Amino acid sequence: MSAIAGTKARLVWVVNLAALALVLLWTIPTFGLLVSSFRDRDQIANSGWWRASMSSEATSFVRAGTAADQAQEGELWVTAGNVLTEGQNLSAWGTNSRDPAAYAPGDVAELKDGQALSVAEDGTYRLTSPTEFTDQRGMRIFLTTTAPPKFTTGNYARVIGAEGLGQAFINTFTVTIPATIIPILIAAFAAYALAWMEFPGRALLIAGVVGLLVVPLQLALIPLLKFHNEIGLGKGYMGIWLAHTGFGLPLAIYLLRNYMVGLPREIIESARVDGATEFQIFRRIILPLSFPALASFAIFQFLWVWNDLLVATVFLGNRKEQLVMTGVLRELLGSRGGDWEILAASAFISIAVPLIVFFAMQKYLVRGLLAGSVKGG
Amino acid sequence: MEQLLFAGGTIVAGVFGCVAWFWGSNWVLDGLYPPRGVDAGRNILRANMIRPWLFIGPAVLFLSLYLVYPVVNSAWRSLLDADSRAFVGLDNYRWLMGDVKFRESIFNNMLWLLVVPAASTFFGLLAAQVTDRIRWGNAAKSFIFMPMAISFVGAGVIWKFIYDYRAEGQEQIGLLNAIWTSLGHPPETWLTLPFWNNFFLMAVLIWIQTGFAMVILSAALRGIPEETIEAAILDGANPWQLFFKIKVPQIWGTIAVVWTTITIVVLKVFDIVFVMTNGQWGTQVLANLMYDWMFRGAPDYGRGSAIAIVIMALVTPIMIWNIRNARREML
Repeated sequence: MSAIAGTKARLVWVVNLAALALVLLWTIPTFGLLVSSFRDRDQIANSGWWRASMSSEATSFVRAGTAADQAQEGELWVTAGNVLTEGQNLSAWGTNSRDPAAYAPGDVAELKDGQALSVAEDGTYRLTSPTEFTDQRGMRIFLTTTAPPKFTTGNYARVIGAEGLGQAFINTFTVTIPATIIPILIAAFAAYALAWMEFPGRALLIAGVVGLLVVPLQLALIPLLKFHNEIGLGKGYMGIWLAHTGFGLPLAIYLLRNYMVGLPREIIESARVDGATEFQIFRRIILPLSFPALASFAIFQFLWVWNDLLVATVFLGNRKEQLVMTGVLRELLGSRGGDWEILAASAFISIAVPLIVFFAMQKYLVRGLLAGSVKGG
Repeated sequence: MEQLLFAGGTIVAGVFGCVAWFWGSNWVLDGLYPPRGVDAGRNILRANMIRPWLFIGPAVLFLSLYLVYPVVNSAWRSLLDADSRAFVGLDNYRWLMGDVKFRESIFNNMLWLLVVPAASTFFGLLAAQVTDRIRWGNAAKSFIFMPMAISFVGAGVIWKFIYDYRAEGQEQIGLLNAIWTSLGHPPETWLTLPFWNNFFLMAVLIWIQTGFAMVILSAALRGIPEETIEAAILDGANPWQLFFKIKVPQIWGTIAVVWTTITIVVLKVFDIVFVMTNGQWGTQVLANLMYDWMFRGAPDYGRGSAIAIVIMALVTPIMIWNIRNARREML
C-alpha cells in the first residue's frame, strides 16, 4: 500500500508540472503580445518582450555640432552640446563604428590633430581643437544608452484613431449582432418542428441539416455574391447578415433540435391536450426551457462571426472605412508588418471582446460543444 | 453611429418580421381550418399537415439558397470558363492536375491533415488527462481553451510575433529566434524555411484546436464508469496501462468525432495561411489557392470553382459518415 501511495505522491507532482507546462505553452504567445502592446515603440524593436521590465540597452549615434556651432575659448576652439534625449542614460560611448563603446562616461578621447572629445554622464559633450573647425557635418559620436522600462497606452490610442480600428470596431459590431440574433429565431422554430412535429420528410431534413454542417463556405462565395448582385443587394451589411444567417443555420438547427428532443414529452403532450396551439407551446414552453442551448449557439455564432475574415472580405466592401477588425488587422500585417506596437495593440482590441465573452460564458460554450456540435470555418 | 442604428433597426425588423411570419401564418392557418365546428377533426388533421412547413419554411429557404444552391452552382461553374460563359467540360480539372501550385496545395493539405488532427487530439487528450487530476484543473482548462476564442487572424499576429526574425547580431525580439540563438544557432526566418514552414503554420491551428479536443475528451474520460477503472486498479494496472489500455479504448468514439471535426477545420483552413505567408514559400493550401483564383487579379471562376469542388469532395466522406451516425442515433 505504501508503495502505491509513494508513486501517487510523485505522480501528483508530475501531473501538476505537466499541467503547468501546458498552460504556460498555451498562454505565453498571447501574453507576449499583450505585454508588447503596452511597450514603447523603440523598446519593442530593441529588446524581447520578456525583458520588458528591465532597462533596455540601445546603440545609436548622434552628430556633434558643425563648424557653425563652435566658440573660441582662449586658444581652443570648442563645440559643446548634449547627446542624450530625455529618459536615456549613457553607459558607454565611442568615436568609431568599429568600437562604439570604447569610452566610459567622463573619459577624454584624444583624437587626430590634437582634437579631444569628452562626453560626461549627463550627456554633455565637449569637442576641442587647437585649430578652427571647418566641418560642414559634425563628427559622429556613438552612444550606448539604457532607457528605463517604459509602458504606454499610446499604442492603443493611436490604432483606434489613426489606423481606423475604432471605425472597424463599430463595423464589426454592426455585422455581428444581427448575424447572431436572426439565425437563432429562424432556427428555433425549425428545430421545434424537427423535434416535436410529425410530418413526412422529417428524417430526410434532419439528415440534410447534418450534411450541410460541413459544407465548406468557400463554395458559397461566388454563387452568392453573384446572386446578391442580381437581386440588387450588392456588397453591404444586408448581404453579409443574410450570408451569415444561412451559414449559421445548420449548426443552430442541429444544436437546438438535439436539445429540444431531450425536453420531457409529458409537458408538451399535456399542453396539447389542454388545447394550447403549437405556437403557444413553442413560445411559452419550448423557448424558455431551451435557454441553455440558445445561449450556446449564440456564443458560437457570435465568436464565429466576430472572428470571421473570409465572409467579410467577400461580402463587404474593401474601402478602409468599410473593413471589419479582422480585415484591418490583415491590412496592417501587410502594410506595417514590422511595427509590432501597432499590430499588438490592434490584435488585442480585436480579440478583447471574444475573450470577454469566452470567459464570461464558458459554461454555455462547453455545453454547446458537448452537445456534439461543431463547426469549423 | 448611423450604422449602429441601422443594425439596431435591422435586428428589430428581423425579429419583428420573424415573429410576424410565424404568428401570422399560424393565425391564417387556424382561420382556414378552424379546429372547431362540424369539420373540427378533419381541419385539425389538415392544419397539422401544413403547420410544420410554416415552422421550417424560412429555414429551408435559407438553407437551400445559401448552402445547397451554391454547391450545385459551383459544380456547374467548375465546368465553365473563366467568366462562366462557355462550357469547357473537364478542362478546369485537367488544368488542375497539371498545375504546380495545385499539387503543392494538395501535398500541403495532406500534410496538414496528417499532423494537425493528430497533434491536437494528442495534446487535447494529454491536457484532459492532467487537468482532470489537479485541483486547479478548471483554471488550467480555461487557459488552454482560450485560443478557441481568438480569431485566426489574431492568432496569426500572435504567432508571427513569435517567429519574428532580426538579422544576426541584433537582439532577437521573436521568442523562437531568441531561444534558438541562445542555443548558439544563427537566427532563422522560420516562415520562409522550405517545407518546415508548413509546420510553423500548423502550430497555430494546433494551438487553437487543442482546447476544443481537451473539452470534449475530458467529458468523455469522466464518463467512463468508475467500476471499470477500479477493477483495473485492483487487477494491478499501472497508470500508463490504465490510460492506454482501459481509458483510451473506451473513448474511441469520441476521439473519432474530435478527429473528424478537426479534419474538417483543416480542410477549410484559410485565414492562417492567408495572413501569415499568403501561400508563398511553398505553404499554399487549397482554400487560399481558391481565393487567389477567385478574387486576385483577373478572376477565373471556372478554376476557382473547380478547386472549391475538390475541397467539397474531400469533405464528403466525413459528411456521409456524420449523417450515418446521426441516423443511427435517431433510431
